[in-house]
Amino acid sequence: MAGSAHPRVGHVVPLRVLFGVLATLLVMTYVTVAVSGYDFGRFNLWVALGIALFKASLVLLFFMHLKYDKPFNAIIIITSLAFVMLFIAGALMDVKQYQPNKIEGYAPAIKTNPQ
Amino acid sequence: MSHSETPYLQHHFETPEQQFDAGKLGMWLFLATEILLFGGLFCAYAVYRATHPEIFLYAHQFLDKRLGGTNTVILLCSSLTMAWAVRASQLGQRKLLIALLSLTLLGGFGFMGIKYVEYKAKWEHGLLPGTHFAPHAEGEAHGAAAEPAVPQPAVPKATPTIPPSAPGPAGTVKDAAPKLAPHTRGRPSNVQIFFGIYFLMTGLHGIHVLAGMGAIFWLLVRSIKGHFSPDYFTPVDFVGLYWHLVDLIWIFLFPLLYLVS
Repeated sequence: MAGSAHPRVGHVVPLRVLFGVLATLLVMTYVTVAVSGYDFGRFNLWVALGIALFKASLVLLFFMHLKYDKPFNAIIIITSLAFVMLFIAGALMDVKQYQPNKIEGYAPAIKTNPQ
Repeated sequence: MSHSETPYLQHHFETPEQQFDAGKLGMWLFLATEILLFGGLFCAYAVYRATHPEIFLYAHQFLDKRLGGTNTVILLCSSLTMAWAVRASQLGQRKLLIALLSLTLLGGFGFMGIKYVEYKAKWEHGLLPGTHFAPHAEGEAHGAAAEPAVPQPAVPKATPTIPPSAPGPAGTVKDAAPKLAPHTRGRPSNVQIFFGIYFLMTGLHGIHVLAGMGAIFWLLVRSIKGHFSPDYFTPVDFVGLYWHLVDLIWIFLFPLLYLVS
């Protein structure tokens, strides 16, 4: 009974793959903590994000079966991620535009110097 | 295939494959909305970190890397047990399925337990968002506390510190303007906003962990009742997808909040 049955739908991921993915994820977690002690200058954030993106891809592809799934599901999730990045990039561009001209601690609506 | 052979098949679906694929599509759409929900918070994080990197450098020292790292390992391992549980349900291994779902639930409890320890420490040190931010002396990491209150020099009335009028949008000016609110030494100003972002992001994530634990408990009850078989394991698969998404979000939260450099 156990192990002999086969599912009607879906894909059975081999245990070897599941444990391989977990091992890689744990190693990458160790790496991301270890490299946070080093200074890559302006690339610090990008190194951390790159490792996180790699780990996320592993979870999506193997734990969440996207590798074996119909491609339409992958399109949905990649599109939503792309729109989040677009949203953040747009907001950051706007912020960078105004930031150099901002007077710190000064908001015209608030009386900072009552005289 | 007739519906009498497959009692789990709803009347509006032709085949189990169609039912499974339709459900899975719905699940992925739901996960997409979850990503967009967290996307708003990640945007707040990005904007605030871009404009005030010094606050993140200062405030992340109050987060315990070891506790955060342990929680990452716990969530990753519970993701494995969940993926393995889906496999067990696909292969009809009922006892293994029950054991793996229990382990996954245990992982959830472990994560929330560590979260409780972390939140409690923040609470005790007064590291709270917004107007509740009142760090105690012992809560300050690097001796920034116990700073004597330096009396501000009185500004002569003859030279008012009104900044030049702003030709741009309100609050902006083209030329270099006088700094009105210099940072106090040690602690940068507005640290409470970091903790606002921290509590919102980890709090919303924690709520998702709790919801996932509830769903896994429901699976556990149903698997003990023997509801799942290689023919019908859809709920296990879909709750698994949700649990992995919660893991996925933590994979980004951990380096962004705990490992700032």
